[in-house]
Amino acid sequence: MPRIFAYIAHKGGLADDTAVELAAAARKIDSGALPTAILTGWGPDLDAACSSLPAAFSEIWKIANETLAYPNAELIRKALVKVLPANSIVLVAHEHFGIDLAPGLSVKINSAFVSDAVDIEGVEGSALKLVRQEYGGQVSAHVRCDISSGAVVAIRPGAFHAAESVPVRGAVVEKSIEVGALSAGRRYLETIVAEAGDVDITKQNILVSVGRGIQEKDNVSIAEELAEALGAAVSCSRPVVDAKWLPKSRQVGSSGKTVKPKVYLACGISGASQHLAGIKGSFLIAVNKNPKAPIFQVADVGIVDDILEFLPELTNKVRETRTVSAK
Amino acid sequence: MEILVCAKRVPDTSENEIELNSAGNDIERDDLVYSINEPDNYAVEEALQLAAKVGGSVTVVTVGGEDDEEILRREMAMGANHGILISDATFSGSDGRGIAMILKAYVQKGNYDLILTGVQAEDGAAQVGGMLAAMLDYPFASLVTSIEVLDAKKLKVSREIEGGNREVSEIDLPCVLSIQTGINEPRYVGMRGIRAVASVPIPTISATDLGLDAGVVGDAAAKVKRVDYFVPALGKGAEMLHGSREENIDKVLELLEAKGGLR
Repeated sequence: MPRIFAYIAHKGGLADDTAVELAAAARKIDSGALPTAILTGWGPDLDAACSSLPAAFSEIWKIANETLAYPNAELIRKALVKVLPANSIVLVAHEHFGIDLAPGLSVKINSAFVSDAVDIEGVEGSALKLVRQEYGGQVSAHVRCDISSGAVVAIRPGAFHAAESVPVRGAVVEKSIEVGALSAGRRYLETIVAEAGDVDITKQNILVSVGRGIQEKDNVSIAEELAEALGAAVSCSRPVVDAKWLPKSRQVGSSGKTVKPKVYLACGISGASQHLAGIKGSFLIAVNKNPKAPIFQVADVGIVDDILEFLPELTNKVRETRTVSAK
Repeated sequence: MEILVCAKRVPDTSENEIELNSAGNDIERDDLVYSINEPDNYAVEEALQLAAKVGGSVTVVTVGGEDDEEILRREMAMGANHGILISDATFSGSDGRGIAMILKAYVQKGNYDLILTGVQAEDGAAQVGGMLAAMLDYPFASLVTSIEVLDAKKLKVSREIEGGNREVSEIDLPCVLSIQTGINEPRYVGMRGIRAVASVPIPTISATDLGLDAGVVGDAAAKVKRVDYFVPALGKGAEMLHGSREENIDKVLELLEAKGGLR
């Protein structure tokens, strides 16, 4: 069995939440071995991140380099290529950084690449058996990956749950010296923080959230009327922002806001994983006219109906009952 | 600036419900509506806007078969100068890496300053752009949401990161960028525009033209293979309400009160 590594992202001296998930994924590849964590960075932040790692790794490889103070995927790739043994399996979280790093890394270490794995079924001979999703989660696929020359596997955040805790705390292994000087054709300049927007969707009891099913800009008012009647706010999924029907500040998902309303009313939202990643602990009610929409796999309550008809009737009912109770 | 956009024709998920076929080994492909992969269309629009600003040309390339010509014509109707179809039986069954190998061979025959892809296609892999960049030793940025030309040798790009924040970088040309949806507003293409380019020749490029063989591309070289499609058992699944619309509305109101604190 090849050696398994997990590249751990970190920020502000804390290892990313996906660290335990990558460790869990590694145990699904090889239940008998603990993976090796690799962290890159610089200064006290990196040391703190190494100490913050959960006890799930056999060793912690630390690569300290001043140019790695900001996580630039090209520089990190070059550093990893220098330290990784041949035929390794490397796990990376499939988020904005992993998408930047993983495909190119697989080319440079001449290994196979599997993106956005949601499950791992084990190893059979030289084949790693995994599960992916396609078409925005409408169908899943069994995938076989030839790991005879190693593999880079990008793991979907949230898909793997921490295994039983392991009492082993891996020692930090200093790898900085093997890396040497690094340079890249892409240089970080700054981070532009998202604009606050007119409404803070992260602080609502109820969100009326609309997706592509709202069909056109003029229909957004249907959701706004319901939200107003409920004393709630309107949020949305990515296609609605792409079409400029609502501002970016209303977007829920991995590239938008993370929200935790008591009730999340998903209207005409198919349920792509990037969207679901932004909803935490809410009671999820989904209305969608497609009975096979992936949102129904994760919702608490589902209704197959046309939101353009359902929402206005719901709004009317809310107005009636609220007026009555106010009397 | 010579810009190449790598595009793909895919089943349009906004027009189709994707289902399994009766054998359960593939999706049902009868009556599927195909279109250009949505992020690729944004990439073409971005290329057209850049070329309009700083001069140059836009070429759209796809790896596929005869049917895939339709997306090339569509993007030419948008304003792309050239459409290129890379097609060969040898390419059939290529994995993401195989497709990147084919595109690399094509890029090396030309003189492109900038190569754009869509961030991901229907398989959600988001892999070909990053692989292509690594193979060419070009810098790469994924999830790009704005491009500004600084000078003949570099761009300023921003990419989408967590929480709606944007990471701004400077990147040397030539480079590969994967384009996120929403970066622009792709122009409308009417039937008239498509008719206007209907007879423009689209060159077809073969494996021999690119010096590729089954050792590096196609099914035999693919390290990653999809075995089958399936629909997963519905996790815990939603409690589906099957009442009349009026009953469902009453139930939703009840839930909004019980769970959402609605008074």
